[in-house]
Amino acid sequence: MATHSNDHLDEAVLMARPEAEIGRLGSRSLVLGGAGVLLALVGFFVSRETFLQSYLVGYIFWLSITLGSLGILMIHHLTGGAWGMVGRRIWEAGTKTLPLMVILFLPIAFNLEGLYAWARPEAAHDPVVQLKVAYLNAPFFYVRAVLFFVIWGGLIYVLNRWSREQDEEPARLIGPKDRRFRLLSGPGLCLLVITVTFMSVDWVMSLDPHFYSTIFGVLMLGGQGLATMAFTILVLSALVRFDPMARVAKPDVFHDLGKLMFAFVMLWAYFNVSQLLIIWSANLPEEIPFYLERLNGPWRWVSTILLLLQFVLPFLFLLSRDLKRNPSAVRWVATVILVMRVVDLVWTIGPVFRHEGSGLHWLDFALVLAIGALWLPLFWRSLAGRPLVPARDPYFKEAMAHVGH
Amino acid sequence: MSHHAAATGPAIHGLMAEFDSAQALLDAATAAQKAGYTRVDAYSPFPIHGLAEAIGFRERLIPKFVFVAGATGGTLAFSFQYWVSAIDYPLNIGGRPYFSWVSFIPVSFELTILFAAFTAVISMLALNGLPQPYHPVFNNPAFARASQDRFFFVIEATDPRFDLDETRAFLNGLNPREVVAVED
Repeated sequence: MATHSNDHLDEAVLMARPEAEIGRLGSRSLVLGGAGVLLALVGFFVSRETFLQSYLVGYIFWLSITLGSLGILMIHHLTGGAWGMVGRRIWEAGTKTLPLMVILFLPIAFNLEGLYAWARPEAAHDPVVQLKVAYLNAPFFYVRAVLFFVIWGGLIYVLNRWSREQDEEPARLIGPKDRRFRLLSGPGLCLLVITVTFMSVDWVMSLDPHFYSTIFGVLMLGGQGLATMAFTILVLSALVRFDPMARVAKPDVFHDLGKLMFAFVMLWAYFNVSQLLIIWSANLPEEIPFYLERLNGPWRWVSTILLLLQFVLPFLFLLSRDLKRNPSAVRWVATVILVMRVVDLVWTIGPVFRHEGSGLHWLDFALVLAIGALWLPLFWRSLAGRPLVPARDPYFKEAMAHVGH
Repeated sequence: MSHHAAATGPAIHGLMAEFDSAQALLDAATAAQKAGYTRVDAYSPFPIHGLAEAIGFRERLIPKFVFVAGATGGTLAFSFQYWVSAIDYPLNIGGRPYFSWVSFIPVSFELTILFAAFTAVISMLALNGLPQPYHPVFNNPAFARASQDRFFFVIEATDPRFDLDETRAFLNGLNPREVVAVED
């Protein structure tokens, strides 16, 4: 009857591609990115060392949205629901930036000595590193990196191809064939969690080869989920201003996405407290320097800012039901979280190199913007290239049936 | 007088309409809200999406209680641990400072959850008026099926717009299986 009619979900309208509007959003993000490129160029000539460290921060930041998109896309295929139908194209477009991330990995791959202590000649005299040399050596590092990209690329290629088939040949998909998304996403998520865990150990944790934390990979996974939810809400709050998103991204959907972002905020805090509590209690000489460095000196303030702006403030704001349902309010919380994701990565990576002076460096943010200047255009182009709503998914109508107001 | 029947017979709790489907119940609640009825209630064997809004149910108190209780629990736990380990009975444990806030986190977290959860359940029961040994809706024998396969909608006699004949006619217009006046 009247309350359950789906007349406003007319397929022809939903399958529209608002290329002009998306193009305008894309050019807006280019302005910020352009400024970042200029600053990054300046930084490259000022300090080659800091540039490389900041480059790693920027790279890991954008990679976390690429891989977080893949993870959340697969969770959506497994669970269904309106929030996933509305966010799906954003995540699919996010995953399609992987080829760029492969190319952007090359500067890291060719500068191992500049970043990783175990790759430097001095490491030969370090007895601790010598015990880990079977794992921490350049050839094996490259083999693992290739393996990660092949696994991620395979999942991304197949999921996007099937999704395209759903749009182009919907008649063939009704029936057992639409189960293939689920059948792939279950094992796919396991593969993603394993590869991201190893990736975090290889690319981030091994910066200091003496330090180890078994929760490190999970912490990175939680951070990827948090960054991706914040990014999704930010993009959606821009897309909701015009059709077809205006028809499906109702306050109910923002409410659900806001709740998920809230859950990731708490998950991030939970993982961090777990790591702190275990390392602090054990007080072992291999582990405790990680926190001695970060809870004293210039990094102490960065730690405080992180606690306040990536946990306390978002936690208190996201408790509110009305705020989560209001796109123009919740996007500010999402913006703060995204900025704090950068600060968190600098907090993780920076203290390995910077022991005195200021903790945060302007180059960290410049390189996030500069890599964004490459990542975002690719993202917007992929987003404009497909219908913005997966209206031909066999579960679409069922999922949207309860989206009221 | 339309209240004639009510004045001579037993007092009336309200008019109860019985429906076959969740959708019919939802539509009835929406129609009643449009017609201006405010003191209504709906009964179904399972939760129905959107029904709470349709009967005008707006509960905003419990979240506030829970927040205050959670904040109290956390603060209490943290300051109690501080008082015990730094003021009342300082013990040197492995050379760590007396005010070791890291080790206070788990207990503070647990007490936040404990206070919040108990407050949520207790204030829900208090505001619901539960447990309630007697409720007039059970005076209708057919109501037993509210926990199986029937859906009931009640417009209570205390509703300012309630009028036995008019309200009965309104409910009959919604295609119910039956409309029954429930004794109080």
